[in-house]
Amino acid sequence: MPLYLRPGSLDEALGALAAGSLTVVSGGTDFYPARVGRPLDDDVMDISRLAGLRGISETASGWRIGALATWTDVIERPLPALFDALKQAAREVGGMQIQNRGTVAGNLCNASPAADGVPPLMAMDATVELASASGTRALRLDAFITGNRRTVRRTDEIVTAILVPKPAAAASSAFLKLGARRYLVISIAMVAAVAERAHDGTAAAVRVAVGSCSEVARRLPALEAALVGRDMTRLGETVAPGHLAPLSPIDDVRGSGAYRRDAALTLVRRALDALGRAA
Amino acid sequence: MTPFQDVRFTLNGAPVSVAADPVRRLADVLRRDLALTGTKIGCDAGDCGACTVLMDGRQICSCLVPVAQAEGRDVTTVEGLASNGAHDPLQQAFHAFGAAQCGICTPGMLMAASDLLARNPRPDEAAVLDALGGVLCRCTGYRKIVDAVLHVGDPADAGTIDPPAGGAVGARAAKTDGIPKLTGAELFGDDAAPADALWLRAVRSPYWSATFEIGDIAPLFARHPGLVRVLTAADVPGNNGFGIYPDVKDQPVLADGRVRYRGEAVCALVGDYDAVFGIRDEDLPIAWTERPALHGMDAALEAGAPVLHDDRPGNVLAEGYAAKGDAEAALAASDIVVEGAFETGFVEHAYIEPEAGWAQRNGDRLEIAVSTQTPYMDRDEVAQIIGIAPEAVRIVPTACGGGFGGKLDIAVQPLVGIAAWLLDRPVRCVFTRPESMAATTKRHPSRIRARYGCNRDGRLTGFAFEGDFNTGAYTSWGLTVKDRVPIHATGPYYVPAMRARSRAVFANDPVSGAFRGFGVPQAAIAHDALMDMMAERCGMDPLEFRLLNALRRGQPTATGQILQSAGLDQCLEALRPRWRMAREAAEAFNAAANGPVRRGVGIGCMWYGCGNTSLSNPSTMRVGLAQDGGVTLYSGAQDIGQGTNTTMVQAAADALGVPMRDIRLVWGDTDRTPDSGKSSASRQAYVSGNAAKLAGEDLRAQILRLANVGGDAAIGLSAGRILLREDDAVREIDLGALAADSNGDVLLGEGYFDPPAGQLDANGQGSPYGTYGFAAQTAEVEVDIALGTVRVTRIDAAHDVGRALNPTQVEGQIQGGVAQGIGLALMEEYVPGRTENLHDYLIPTIGDVPEIVPVIVEDPEPTGPWGAKGIGEPALCATAPAIFGAIRHATGVRVTRAPCTPDRLRAAILAQAGK
Repeated sequence: MPLYLRPGSLDEALGALAAGSLTVVSGGTDFYPARVGRPLDDDVMDISRLAGLRGISETASGWRIGALATWTDVIERPLPALFDALKQAAREVGGMQIQNRGTVAGNLCNASPAADGVPPLMAMDATVELASASGTRALRLDAFITGNRRTVRRTDEIVTAILVPKPAAAASSAFLKLGARRYLVISIAMVAAVAERAHDGTAAAVRVAVGSCSEVARRLPALEAALVGRDMTRLGETVAPGHLAPLSPIDDVRGSGAYRRDAALTLVRRALDALGRAA
Repeated sequence: MTPFQDVRFTLNGAPVSVAADPVRRLADVLRRDLALTGTKIGCDAGDCGACTVLMDGRQICSCLVPVAQAEGRDVTTVEGLASNGAHDPLQQAFHAFGAAQCGICTPGMLMAASDLLARNPRPDEAAVLDALGGVLCRCTGYRKIVDAVLHVGDPADAGTIDPPAGGAVGARAAKTDGIPKLTGAELFGDDAAPADALWLRAVRSPYWSATFEIGDIAPLFARHPGLVRVLTAADVPGNNGFGIYPDVKDQPVLADGRVRYRGEAVCALVGDYDAVFGIRDEDLPIAWTERPALHGMDAALEAGAPVLHDDRPGNVLAEGYAAKGDAEAALAASDIVVEGAFETGFVEHAYIEPEAGWAQRNGDRLEIAVSTQTPYMDRDEVAQIIGIAPEAVRIVPTACGGGFGGKLDIAVQPLVGIAAWLLDRPVRCVFTRPESMAATTKRHPSRIRARYGCNRDGRLTGFAFEGDFNTGAYTSWGLTVKDRVPIHATGPYYVPAMRARSRAVFANDPVSGAFRGFGVPQAAIAHDALMDMMAERCGMDPLEFRLLNALRRGQPTATGQILQSAGLDQCLEALRPRWRMAREAAEAFNAAANGPVRRGVGIGCMWYGCGNTSLSNPSTMRVGLAQDGGVTLYSGAQDIGQGTNTTMVQAAADALGVPMRDIRLVWGDTDRTPDSGKSSASRQAYVSGNAAKLAGEDLRAQILRLANVGGDAAIGLSAGRILLREDDAVREIDLGALAADSNGDVLLGEGYFDPPAGQLDANGQGSPYGTYGFAAQTAEVEVDIALGTVRVTRIDAAHDVGRALNPTQVEGQIQGGVAQGIGLALMEEYVPGRTENLHDYLIPTIGDVPEIVPVIVEDPEPTGPWGAKGIGEPALCATAPAIFGAIRHATGVRVTRAPCTPDRLRAAILAQAGK
């Protein structure tokens, strides 16, 4: 019979991981769908009792989203406008049943190209905190996820938190998800954008990330650079097709690669326009 | 090693402890270990929400929760909603508004709604949509669910009544089987197997075309002591073939060395749960030899292509044909001729209840409890597979969690039947969602070319149609589709000359079978696009153009039939005021638009022949009067959510002259009810409704004769007696003095009705159906032209149903059909091998179905019960054409391929702009 461990402390959990590979489960919203009609014979470590990983807290340098924080936790916790994009993404993850169970950290670990949490957190410059029996490390999100369903998490590690740094100036954010139906939809393309606003009404810094248009969501550095210093209410008009060069969208049942590139351009413009309205 | 753990939690207010493997899904433990089968499993993947329960007051999918995590928590299931025996106001509202049809999603809907109402007792519609967005419903079109949640505490708003004697027909009578669907007590296909039943799991082909050999299976039994039997083709006791036509049984129960599609069953594992589900397919000794597969009709029709079935050269199953007058001459002489090519894909039924049932042998008889649309066809099919007489098989239908045509073909029936027959032990089976999607039937993909002609005054002149339909690997209902399409291809219009050909084509694709409309929805997309094109060429309003040409009473159909009920003109006239207002508003909006949104309003019309095409399809019903004074309706009509368990009681009650509440219902069981035919082809209200009416009238006549009273006497039932009131006189019959039959009935009325449908001649001329339903629907949409997305904002649906036996249920059929039409139009396409789940295969969610305004038109059908005709299929057929017309109005793009997904529409918009 396979293992099912449900440790009560992080040390206990890390000790078990050091001893052997285990499938880490919390909300179960990715674990079970991958095993429909198949035996549940994985060796599992259920981390849902690790109280220290719960909740979202503010720190001196930013915010700490515990690995057990659910989408509902993100939606319901009062947070600054920097988090609007993440909250909007949270409301579009599955139905409320999934939002109540699925964790933001799990969404990153599952590393789907269509992971709803990745573009907002990339645009927030988030880092991922990993712990193992031999210590902790923090990685930028774009260094953490390396491909379709691939991350650099070692089998002896668990993600303990997502760390969001405080922006240098007041920040607004927006998220847009394109799908073929209203609820319960995997995105065809999605865009998250964060802007820090200078005192003169121009953009001090802008970060834009596009999901479902490459193996891993991608930032658009050339566009971000071009937006600095622009009037916040006129960001969308700066966007040019060449700014989407980092994307490599594919054809699948949800849409063609050409359509994704075309739609992403529209979504990026609209997300930036939304930032102008929010500011 | 982790032993089973005792998990302790609070369940519906009481402490429970259950010893279970901690990784098992909570839903599974609730159902199998704690016997709370009110929680349903539709996908095991969090895609459908049927398993929604509350955990610490929050809605969750119990299929995604390891039972270990229930420890110390508070779990509420649908069984915990009612308190102290009283139904929760939410349950009352669902009952009053007809919010449950088949009932399989209802527990999930109720739990999601109860979470919302606990936080927000007076939610607005947006909050309801957000809260219920995670639960899929395939029957209702969601609107009555939204109404119910918005009216909790005010069920009287629904206008539902418990009608008095003589007032049942036409009343908004509540469902006779409604309450169990709201409490979790209703038993579906996977809810009632005996505790000692073995499990069966079919092993299915991973290849679209292959030969295979099964090697030595003895080592499997050694490795898996719980494995009892592995069934292969050699174990089929009778004929290893099934199919819906008596002479075409081309689909094997278990493939005999060759498979023709991915998902075909090759063997079946029977044993205890852990053994059957613990064995991986790749661990079985099956040696596969993959062969080239013919995907799609082009490959199948190519000269020299290998044939799927030796007796079907060229991979053509059959051709259909109908012709009236000289279509080519009429088109040549027409002022205006329009032409179009249209395409649709596979569509999946996506009922929320996967195929499920169980079987048990009783001596020389076999009993099967199963979720089905057609008990008697199941009985006869299983009998020839086992090799026993039909009377030796008993089908006891369970509640059916949605069918839409997909549960007309057999699925689990022969598998559990063979296993139970050979092992003499009860055997159960439930398909997983991917298995259900891969193994069972789809809507036929179509490829249609058609030309329509009219004169400058707008009158239709001629029509020519060629349609190919991909029937997949086996025949299933392919012959019905190829027959129905030519008859309906013109649409519900009077056209003097027409010719329509159809072909059903085999390919190594999923089996296409019956799906709400049998090819008519595909044809409607073509004929109504052509109607729009002709209206444009004539400079006429699309609604007025259709009204000018609407088939009216007394005009011959494409097959030369003269109809006595044809209310399309009334449907169009009913829609006209809203149509004009909405068209003008959309045009004004677009003229002023500077953003990406454009509005459009479109219209679609349809007709649908009720009952089997050119075949006898009778129904028999019986109504018994028991010694105790109780009345029982013996109805073989299977309620698949559409409501025959209610409408048949309404018909019998009024015919007999007693209130509905006095009638007990026995339904479906082939040992206890006569053959009422299948629940398909929009036939039950029309055909079985007649039979129920005649049965009630027959019993009434017997009672009146016995009491020697006149035809107007009122019947009163009481214990052991019947009271007959005539004017001021009262007569009493003591039922105890009469001899009772084996059911305890002392009098038995019987009704039989076979619709007047005749054979067609070589040109397809004749009267293939007793009557036709008609409809016109308008769709209002918003198109985001930069993204190609379409949001339907309102549907008005006018349906001529002859007579609405129950307006609440007619509205429910309309709204549910429209929702499926929205899916067909905008999002549903089953891509073989790639969309075998409910997150890659998209059906409309509660947020995709807008306000639907049903308009009931009643042009009485003289041969129908109280004038009634069918509504099941008509509800769906006009929606996609209306939406495509609206997209054209909004954007100028003519949609010719369903579904019109965002990428396809955006590409068409770009092409139109010359980009």
